[in-house]
Amino acid sequence: MASLTIQGVSKSYGDVEVMHDIDLDIADGEFVVFVGPSGCGKSTLLRMIAGLEDISGGTVAIGDQVVNEVAPAKRGVAMVFQTYALYPHMNVYKNMAFGLRQAKMPEDEIDKRVRGAAEVLHITDYLDRTPRALSGGQRQRVAIGRAIVREPEVFLFDEPLSNLDAALRVQTRLEIARLHERLGSTMIYVTHDQVEAMTLADKIVVLRDGRIEQVGSPIELYERPRNAFVAQFIGSPKMNFFEASTLSENAATALGITIDESAIVGIRPEHLRVCAEGQEAIRAKLELVEHLGEHVLVHMIADDGTEFITKMEKPPQTARGDYIAYSADPSLVHQFDKASGQRR
Amino acid sequence: MAIVAQQTKFSKIFWPVLAWFIALIFFFPIFWMVLTSFKTDADAVKPEFLFTFKPTLENYLNMTANYDYWRFATNSVITSVFATGFALAVGVPCAYAMAFNPSRATKDVLMWMLSTKMLPAAAVLYPMTFLTKNFLGVFDTKFLVIVVLSLINLPIVIWMLFTYFKEIPKEIIEAGKMDGVSTWGEIKDILLPLAWGGLASTALLTFIFCWNEAYWTVRLTTTEAATLSKLIEGNRAPEGLFFGRLSAVSAAAVGPIIVLGWFCQKQLVQGLTFGAVK
Ligand SMILES: Nc1ncnc2c1ncn2[C@@H]1O[C@H](COP(=O)(O)OP(=O)(O)O)[C@@H](O)[C@H]1O
Ligand SMILES: [Mg+2]
Repeated sequence: MASLTIQGVSKSYGDVEVMHDIDLDIADGEFVVFVGPSGCGKSTLLRMIAGLEDISGGTVAIGDQVVNEVAPAKRGVAMVFQTYALYPHMNVYKNMAFGLRQAKMPEDEIDKRVRGAAEVLHITDYLDRTPRALSGGQRQRVAIGRAIVREPEVFLFDEPLSNLDAALRVQTRLEIARLHERLGSTMIYVTHDQVEAMTLADKIVVLRDGRIEQVGSPIELYERPRNAFVAQFIGSPKMNFFEASTLSENAATALGITIDESAIVGIRPEHLRVCAEGQEAIRAKLELVEHLGEHVLVHMIADDGTEFITKMEKPPQTARGDYIAYSADPSLVHQFDKASGQRR
Repeated sequence: MAIVAQQTKFSKIFWPVLAWFIALIFFFPIFWMVLTSFKTDADAVKPEFLFTFKPTLENYLNMTANYDYWRFATNSVITSVFATGFALAVGVPCAYAMAFNPSRATKDVLMWMLSTKMLPAAAVLYPMTFLTKNFLGVFDTKFLVIVVLSLINLPIVIWMLFTYFKEIPKEIIEAGKMDGVSTWGEIKDILLPLAWGGLASTALLTFIFCWNEAYWTVRLTTTEAATLSKLIEGNRAPEGLFFGRLSAVSAAAVGPIIVLGWFCQKQLVQGLTFGAVK
């Protein structure tokens, strides 16, 4: 078991700096998710922790040992790759045993660990097969098994579910959560999917353009996003933004806030509720209704062209092109600075 | 519809016929050589005996009696095998480094290696013979032939291996690093098993190039290290009176390599297309 301390870490490729001054503390046993749009530096940060990329500046410490110059296998970390990266010419057993054999572990101990992991992951029947003869989901399990047998202090996952189909993704997500519960190891998990981040994480780290935008529990990020970027990245459908000019005259009263021109008002689709005409914060024409079974998404368009979405339990009894009036609970209204995007 | 069907029918016949035609043109000199090797020297130069002649084994039987075919053949085998081995021993680590730890100079280094093949061999003929003969004292030794053969093939060896190594997903090598494999273990347990096909193709092709090489083997040897290329060259008697004999020697020289190539066709095609055909 180990905690992780990242201090002032940066990464440059040639003259281009892609990660800037990253500070992050990860507690022992924590499940941390790095999330952010593609190209924001999630993998690079993870790979620096793994030891697969040089650290250009700053330090990474696992436990209380700085590991900048320590070989990947000596850091007590194990990694599950997006492409699984199994050894194609070895069967499942050998794939899992390979790392242990490198460490010169006695064969009977290796056998115990491999069979133990195979049992947990339900791949005992496939131990003799090569990766080629396995389905995507089974390969994923082998990749996880290869990490488990090494009994690492820190598990690293780089988008482990993105090559699986939707149903399998949900199932495997659950299994990873169970695995964390069972082993209690520190886990760092990279994804661009905020749903995965919300469901798995103790702590989410939102990255953008090589910088940390916010660190917090899923609920903190949802309830108090520090800036407009995090506000729109976390939550689905994403948060609606309104310029002051879009809102009606009595919006300030309806929403219980003071509104000025330099601010953007943010309200999540699930927090907008229909209200009586005259008490609304915003009034707009119904454009489209999407039925998703247990709820509907209502696409609205205001007279000045601002589009937004509301999430409702039942479809509104309103014809396309007719107006609906909305308001929201003051505690669920966010305000951001228009220029800087920072929360107010 | 009809036009399409006709077109496919046309191309179904036309292309194979063309391919066979071209293949036959290429093959004809070899065929002619083998045919000639069964003629007496007297018959060999007479056009009327092109196809109709009394076959004789005399040329082949005399070959081992008149000149020591086996010594030349042994030299060819030894120099080709060692040159191939040496080129691979240098080429594998070199291509490995460039494929998995590329620097900004890697592309330029590769180009530079290839550029060495652009130097006409004749341009360095004089320094090569003079230096090896008068200063190094390695003229006409197998050692020299091996060094020269491996060096002239090294660029192509590295290029081929580099291309094969590039096809191996980087993550698999990284998984090995996470598993704590040593550099040698990485090459032995991960890289070579995965690049085995490419390695075999490269080795085979290099061996063939070494065996067929004639410019340097003829000029840097006299007797001691002379290969089959030299034997053929030596039988190019004045005015070409001994066509039958020369043909037999040539056939015996290229025979082994053609047989080898025939059996390894698939591997070779893969090698020459750099693994593009799977
Ligand atoms: N080998 C490399 N050379 C140059 N730039 C790179 C290299 N690897 C990654 N980058 C850059 O670093 C940034 C972060 O990449 P990455 O960590 O892979 O993003 P993510 O995993 O979040 O999608 C990107 O802008 C990418 O272009
Ligand atoms: Mg990535």
